[in-house]
Amino acid sequence: MLRSIWNIILRNIKTFTMIFALGFIWLLFSILTQFGFVQPENLSNLFRQMTIISFLSIGMVLVIVTGNIDLSVGSVTGFLSVIAAFLQYYVFSSLLSGMLPTADPLLVGAISTVLTIIVVVATGVGIGALQGTMVSYLGIPAFIVTLGGMFIFRGGVLAITQGKTIGPVEESMKAIAQEYTSPLVGWVIAGVAIALIFFGILWRRRQKKAYGFELKPMRFDILKACFFSVLVFSYVLVMNLYQVMGEFKSIQYPVLLMAVVALVFSYLSSNTRFGRYAYAIGGNKEAARLAGINIKKNILQVFILMGVLCAVAGIVLTGRVGYGTTSGGDKYELTAIAGCVIGGTSLMGGEGTILGALVGSLIMTSLDNGMSYMNLGPEWQYIIKGAVLILAVYLDVVSKKKK
Amino acid sequence: MANDVVLEIDNITKEFPGIVALTDVSLQIKRGEIHGLCGENGAGKSTLMKILSGVYEYGSYRGNVYMEGEEIKFTGESIKQAIAKGIAIVYQELSLVPKLTVGENIFLGREPHNRGIINWDKLYAETDSLLKKYKLEIPFGAQVGNLGIGQQQLVEIARAISEEAKVLILDEPTSALTEEEVGTLFAILKELKANGVTCIYISHKLEEFFKITDTITVLRDGMVIGTLPTTEATVEKIISMMVGRVMKERFPKGNRKPGETIMEVRNLTAYDPNAPGVKIVDDVSFSLRRGEILGVAGLMGSGRTELVTTLFGEGGVNVSGEISVKNIRADIRSARGAMANKISLVPEDRKALGLIVNDSIIKNISLPNLDAFSSFLRINKNEEYKMCQKYADDLQIKTQSINALVTSLSGGNQQKVVIAKWLMSSPEILILDEPTRGIDVGAKYEIYKLMNELAEKGVALIMVSSDLPEVLSMSDRIMVMHERQCAGILDQNEATQEIVMALATGIRK
Ligand SMILES: Nc1ncnc2c1ncn2[C@@H]1O[C@H](COP(=O)(O)OP(=O)(O)OP(=O)(O)O)[C@@H](O)[C@H]1O
Ligand SMILES: [Mg+2]
Repeated sequence: MLRSIWNIILRNIKTFTMIFALGFIWLLFSILTQFGFVQPENLSNLFRQMTIISFLSIGMVLVIVTGNIDLSVGSVTGFLSVIAAFLQYYVFSSLLSGMLPTADPLLVGAISTVLTIIVVVATGVGIGALQGTMVSYLGIPAFIVTLGGMFIFRGGVLAITQGKTIGPVEESMKAIAQEYTSPLVGWVIAGVAIALIFFGILWRRRQKKAYGFELKPMRFDILKACFFSVLVFSYVLVMNLYQVMGEFKSIQYPVLLMAVVALVFSYLSSNTRFGRYAYAIGGNKEAARLAGINIKKNILQVFILMGVLCAVAGIVLTGRVGYGTTSGGDKYELTAIAGCVIGGTSLMGGEGTILGALVGSLIMTSLDNGMSYMNLGPEWQYIIKGAVLILAVYLDVVSKKKK
Repeated sequence: MANDVVLEIDNITKEFPGIVALTDVSLQIKRGEIHGLCGENGAGKSTLMKILSGVYEYGSYRGNVYMEGEEIKFTGESIKQAIAKGIAIVYQELSLVPKLTVGENIFLGREPHNRGIINWDKLYAETDSLLKKYKLEIPFGAQVGNLGIGQQQLVEIARAISEEAKVLILDEPTSALTEEEVGTLFAILKELKANGVTCIYISHKLEEFFKITDTITVLRDGMVIGTLPTTEATVEKIISMMVGRVMKERFPKGNRKPGETIMEVRNLTAYDPNAPGVKIVDDVSFSLRRGEILGVAGLMGSGRTELVTTLFGEGGVNVSGEISVKNIRADIRSARGAMANKISLVPEDRKALGLIVNDSIIKNISLPNLDAFSSFLRINKNEEYKMCQKYADDLQIKTQSINALVTSLSGGNQQKVVIAKWLMSSPEILILDEPTRGIDVGAKYEIYKLMNELAEKGVALIMVSSDLPEVLSMSDRIMVMHERQCAGILDQNEATQEIVMALATGIRK
C-alpha cells in the first residue's frame, strides 16, 4: 500500500513538488508573520487576489501548449476592464434610466451589468479572433502579434480613459468580485462538490468495469476522493470562519467563478478533441498536420478562448477596483506566464496542465500576499518572485534529467 | 589471448522503472573484429550500447565494463568521457542538428579553432577530405535538414569515424540506406577494420551480418543467447536464436485477389515547396486496385517519398495532373483531404513526422482517429483505451502499458506505434513508406501478415521500400522510380532483383 502510494507520487512528481513548494511557502510565511498569514481573513484575501491572474494563466496554458505565447493579456485585460467601466458609467446608466425611469435603481444596475458583461465578452472574443487569425492564418509569430497587441491595447486603455479613472461602477458589478456566499450556502456548495467528487470517481469505475478493464484497488480511488474532499471541506471551513463586522462570510464569488472556469478548461484540455489537438500541435506540429489536424483552426480557437478569459479577468478587475483605471492589468501577462511555468507548463509546447497553472498562480499570489503582509519593500518582492521563477524551472529541468 | 579483448562487458544488468532491459549480460569484443549484435525489438541492444557510450552513467546500471583491461566508469560528462576513451557511436535515432551544415555537424563540439575563433576554412577542408576519403558524395556545405534521411545517416557515420575511435558502434546504420549506400558503408568498415578499429554492428537485416561481421551475438529479452563466429552461423540459426523458435518463411503467403481500380493517377507533377521550379515528382501515372499491394522501389532520392506524400496532399506544391479516387476526381490538398478520401500514410521519418515524442503510446495511436470515439464535447476514453490496446496487441508492441511514453519504447516498437495509428484509421488506401524499417524479423512477419489481411479485405496498399527482397516478395506489382519519374511498372512474376535495379539506376528504360 505505502509502496504503491509512493509510486503514484513518483509518477506525478511534478504535481507533488509543486504542492510541496506551496506548502513550504505557506509554512514559511506563517512563521514569519506569527501565523497572521494563515488567518481566515488573510486567506480569504489571498484566494480572491489570485483569481484574476488565474483566469489568465488558465488561458495561457493552452496558448503555450500549442507552442505560442500571448504577451498582450495584461493590456487586453486592462482594456476590457476600462470598457466595462466606460459602458457602466457613461453609456448604460443614462441609457437605461432614460428607458426605464421608474424602475428600481438596483435593477437598472443589474441590467447594466448583464449588458456590460455581454459586450465585454464579445469584445474579448473579437480581440482573440483578431490576434489568433494573425498568428495562425497570416503566419505572423505569436510573440510579435501579441507584443504589438500589448502596446496597442495599452494605447486603447489611454484612449478610452483619457488618462482619468472611470467610475464608480454599479454595485452588482462590484459584487462579482467582492461578495461572498452565506456560510450556509457555502456548506451546501461544499456538500454538492464532495458528492460530485465521489459520484464521479465511482461512475468512472463503473464505466471501466463495463469495459472489462482492470481496476485499481477501490481504496486508491477512495483515497483520492477523500483527498480532494478534505481540500474542499477545509477550504469552506476556513472561509466560514471569516467575519466582517460581526457577520460571517463564506466562499468568495470570484473564487467560485474561478473554480468553475478551471473545471471547464481542465475538462476541455483533457477530454475533448480540441484539447488533444492543442497538445499534439505543440508536441510535434508536422506529425499533427499529417494526422489531419486543422492546426490553424485550433490555434485560432485557443486565442479566442484566451480573449474570453481576458474578458472575465477584466470584469473581475473592474468589479474589484470599482473603477476603470489606466494601469489596470499592467504586467499581468508576466505573472500569468510565470504561474504557468511554475505550474509545469513547458515553453517548448506540448506540455502543461490547468491544475498546475492554478497552483502556479497560487504560489505567485502567495508570494505577493505574504511579502506585502510582512511589509517587504517592492524591490524585494520583485527580486524574490523572479528568483522563485528561475528556481522552479531549474528544479523542473533537474527532475527531467533524472528521468 | 586476454589482451586481444578490447572491450569486456561483465554481468551488466540495467533496469528501467518496471522493466529489466538487460539481465547479466556478459560479452567480449575482440580487437579489430566486426561484432554483429542482433535480437528482436526491445531485446536490449540499444540499451547496452548506450551504456558503452556513456548515455547511461556508471551507477545507473549494475556490472562492469572493461576497456583494454581497465575498468571504465563514465560519470558526469559521461558522453565526452566515452569519446575521449575512444568509443564512438552512431545512434539508432538521427541526432544531427538540421539547421547546421554537414561540416558543422561533423565537427559539432570540437570545431577547429584559434583562441575560440572557429577556423571555418580548416573545418570545411577537413570535412571535404573526410568525405572524399570515404567516397561519400555529400556536399559539405549543405544544410543537413535538406538532405535525405539516408544521406543524413551517412553524415552521422562520417562524424563518428572522424572521432578516430578505437571502438565504433553502429546502431542500425543501414535502416535508412539504399543498397548502394550500404555498399559504401561496408567498404568504409572494411578499411577501418584494416586499420585496427573494432566495430559493434547492430542491424535487423540479417543478410548483412554475413557480408561484414566476424562474430555474431544474439540477445533476447535482455539476455545473451549466444555468441558464435559468423562462419558457423546461418540465417535460420540466427532467427531461431532471436525469436526462440524456428521460423519457416520470411514472407507469409497471402491470398490476395486484386479487384477493381480504386485510384487512378495521371501525369502527376509536383514542385519542391522550398525550391521553386525544382520538380520532385515528374509526370507519374499509375493505377491502384483494391486488394493489391503496389510496391514502390527506387534509389534513395528517386522521388518515392515525394510521390507518396504528394498523393497524401502534404508533399509538393503547384501540383498538376489528376488523381481520382473511385472514379471521382480528388483534389487532395492536405492530410485532411486525403483522410476524407480514406487515404492514410505511414510516414518514413517516425521521429519527425510520425510521433508526438513526449506523449503516451495511446495518445499517439488515437490522434488521427479521435473522431471514431468522440462527440463534440467528449472523448470516450474507455473506448479509446480498448481500441488502442487492441492494435497494440495485434502489433505486439512491447510495453508495460499503453499509457507509457513512446520514448520508453525501443526503436522498432516506436515504429509499430506509427503503424498502429494508421491502421486504426481504417483506410481504403494505405500508403506505407518504409514500414518495416528497424523492425525485427518476427515483427516484420506479423506486419506482412497484417498487410495481406488488409489486402484480402479489399484495402489497396502502396508500399515504398528500399528492401528489395521485401518489395519483390510482398508486391503484386512493382513501380520503379528513377530520377523522380516512373521508370516502369512490373508484375510480380516478371520482376527480379536485376531488372528492378536496372530500372532504378536508369540502365534500362
Ligand atoms: N528510457 C526508457 N524507459 C523505459 N524503458 C526503456 C527505456 N529505454 C528502453 N526501454 C526498454 O528497454 C527495453 C530494451 O530497449 P532497447 O532500445 O535496448 O531495444 P533494442 O534491442 O534496441 O530494440 P530495437 O531493435 O527495437 O531498436 C525495451 O523493452 C524498452 O521498452
Ligand atoms: Mg534499438
